[in-house]
Amino acid sequence: MKKVAEIIQKYNSNKGFLVPILQDVQKEFNYLPREALNAVSTILDLPLSRIYELATFYKAFSLTPRGRHQLSLCMGTACHVRGASLLQESIERGLNIKAGETSDDLEFTFETVNCLGACALGPILVVDEEYQGQVTLSKTNKILKTLGKKVATDDEED
Amino acid sequence: MMKKIKSPADLTKLQEAAKQRFDPEKPCIAFCTGTGCLAYGTQKLVDTLKDEIVKRNLGDRVYIRNTGCHGFCERGPMAVIYPQKIFYQKIKLEDVPDVIEKTVLKGEVIDRLLYKDPVTKTKIVKEDEVPFYKKQMRLVFGMNGLIEPTSIEDYLAIGGYGALAKALHQMQPQQVVDEVIAAKLRGRGGGGFPTGWKWDATRKAQGEPKYIICNADEGDPGAYMDRSLLEGNPHSVLEGMVIGAYAIGSTHGYIYVRNEYPLAVKNITLAIEKARELGLLGDNIMGTDFSFDLLINRGGGAFVCGESSALFASIEGRSGEPRAKYVHATDRGLYNKPTTLNNVETWANVPLIINNGSAWYAGIGTEKSKGTKIFSLVGKINNTGLVEVPMGITLREIIYEIGGGIPKGRKFKAVQTGGPSGGCIPEEHLDMPVDFDALTDLGSMMGSGGMIVMDERNCMVDVAKYFLSFLEGESCGKCTPCREGVLQMRKILDRICEGKGAMEDLDTLEWMGQAIADGSLCALGGSAPNPVLTTLRYFRDEYEAHIKDKRCPAGVCKALITYSIDPETCTGCHVCARICPTQAATGEKKELHTINQELCIKCGACYESCKFDAVKVS
Repeated sequence: MKKVAEIIQKYNSNKGFLVPILQDVQKEFNYLPREALNAVSTILDLPLSRIYELATFYKAFSLTPRGRHQLSLCMGTACHVRGASLLQESIERGLNIKAGETSDDLEFTFETVNCLGACALGPILVVDEEYQGQVTLSKTNKILKTLGKKVATDDEED
Repeated sequence: MMKKIKSPADLTKLQEAAKQRFDPEKPCIAFCTGTGCLAYGTQKLVDTLKDEIVKRNLGDRVYIRNTGCHGFCERGPMAVIYPQKIFYQKIKLEDVPDVIEKTVLKGEVIDRLLYKDPVTKTKIVKEDEVPFYKKQMRLVFGMNGLIEPTSIEDYLAIGGYGALAKALHQMQPQQVVDEVIAAKLRGRGGGGFPTGWKWDATRKAQGEPKYIICNADEGDPGAYMDRSLLEGNPHSVLEGMVIGAYAIGSTHGYIYVRNEYPLAVKNITLAIEKARELGLLGDNIMGTDFSFDLLINRGGGAFVCGESSALFASIEGRSGEPRAKYVHATDRGLYNKPTTLNNVETWANVPLIINNGSAWYAGIGTEKSKGTKIFSLVGKINNTGLVEVPMGITLREIIYEIGGGIPKGRKFKAVQTGGPSGGCIPEEHLDMPVDFDALTDLGSMMGSGGMIVMDERNCMVDVAKYFLSFLEGESCGKCTPCREGVLQMRKILDRICEGKGAMEDLDTLEWMGQAIADGSLCALGGSAPNPVLTTLRYFRDEYEAHIKDKRCPAGVCKALITYSIDPETCTGCHVCARICPTQAATGEKKELHTINQELCIKCGACYESCKFDAVKVS
């Protein structure tokens, strides 16, 4: 757990920076592995329960591994009034997982986020950190198709 | 590395040198590279243009400036070409050669890239003549489109840190506080509390150190002005904070920013480093005995952390749960020390007040709300974007004159202000002047400035349910009225949306709303019922239609609608049948298609994809 020690060192072992420390740990491992949390607990001399409290309180943290492809659908108000909830259902159907879940083969993680602040482009779907703006049902299906999912699209060749 | 600024004379010298380089007459293409435009693919456009300029050896003829958000997000990718101030919008990669050939080299205007006024149908050449910008008063936000946020020199060139020099060298701390009180600046983050009073109380409070915090945990869905300020003009926020620290007697500060805003984090981090290098942060600022420094703390994605006491808990490395506020933060805030917490936009207003004086500032706006406010105008509106307007402007002016009205000729239904704590305002109140108190009187609030426009296709019961679901997920769970009450209210709304509601549900919603407002510890819970209460107040007929007639007038609530195909307009193009995930829509090509209601899951795919509007909702 050398990595964890390095991250904590960056914040001068300041316990006040526990949230940013966990963010960096998550960035390193793609989620918060138990061993890493144990290491944070030992190095900072904090009970594991304190760390677990944060890891479960803040939405940004995941205690389970995340998929190779990450899809985040913006559910801000502007996206909602432009029909984001229909898109959510469509993606859930296409990936066969619910928002907040990861597929069993660790290929996909789908989550909803509360406003990305790019409202002119709403509804917005972020696919592996790339923004897709003014997304429609047929557009999401095409995106899922390029990621290797079998879904109905309005393309002629289907 | 630049030399530290030790006196106002040092600053003036640097400002002058920066101005020389920042020649407004020199050809320059200022691209909007805010998060919105970057999402449109602006980076690739800028890179291509830069490559082309290098290839053609035009480096000394034209300069490419990556600025922050210009505000007119609807029209990105966009750029303003100086010195003529030509405004190009919806620029594509294939336009790059023409921009160089025609505009940069020959000074010609490319007609197809100009903005066309949808009302007069005329093309508009200059940025400030576009109706979207014309009615605005861009005091705080205007510099965004002009300067490069990563360059402290650009900020110095427009007179940056002059207000700090004035405060440090010509004013006593109490004078600075008094000036902000006299300007009647009120907090831009939600509550609208007088900023000067907060500063005064913190200044007079016992306890060391005193903290100041910039709240950049912009969580209201549909609001992104704080992000755009931090991204586009970070030094204006920093300058405001250092002035505030001097006035209050604070040595330590924090900027608490959403981790979902990576570009804002990057730009403000860089701004802090540059300011430290120049001695504008750190020990003995500008050669005085005043010292102040600050740290950045990234949020963990919890809406409640925008609430002051929850935010303190988060900075202290705990979960963000608010606490009772019988002791004010100005007495015991972060680490139980006197603390002033102001929002990004509030801090950015401070240098303006110090530079121009409180009398000037108090001359803008209404009796009790001074200055300007940045709103994010989003939803069913033609000109989506960030608009800065003087307090007292009417909602109608914002929506129709700046926002250009509702797309597709549909009818306006409501505008939602104040985020999840705010409410929905109907047509009949559009002529009311916008300020803190007027919005509160209507049952809504200013909030951080989100303005979400809704049209006849938006169901108000569904919108109320949306906000409650949002708050249900974001409630920290500490106190029962919010944790359980919001959940129960949402369940009632679910029932109404499914056509299973009863008229007495409306009374229950009203008294529960009141109980949650009265019994919650923090403002998040206290204002949680607002979206329901305002929609009940102004759109009661829609609730009644769901309950009595089992009908959703806007055609949104799934349980109450059916999709069907109009035999008159169906061309048999087969698109609906191809996209339907459950094979409910069927038919032979070039013949009438139909929807099997038993198979239909009401996903809306056929409705959206039909090019002939043959799919009907009833």
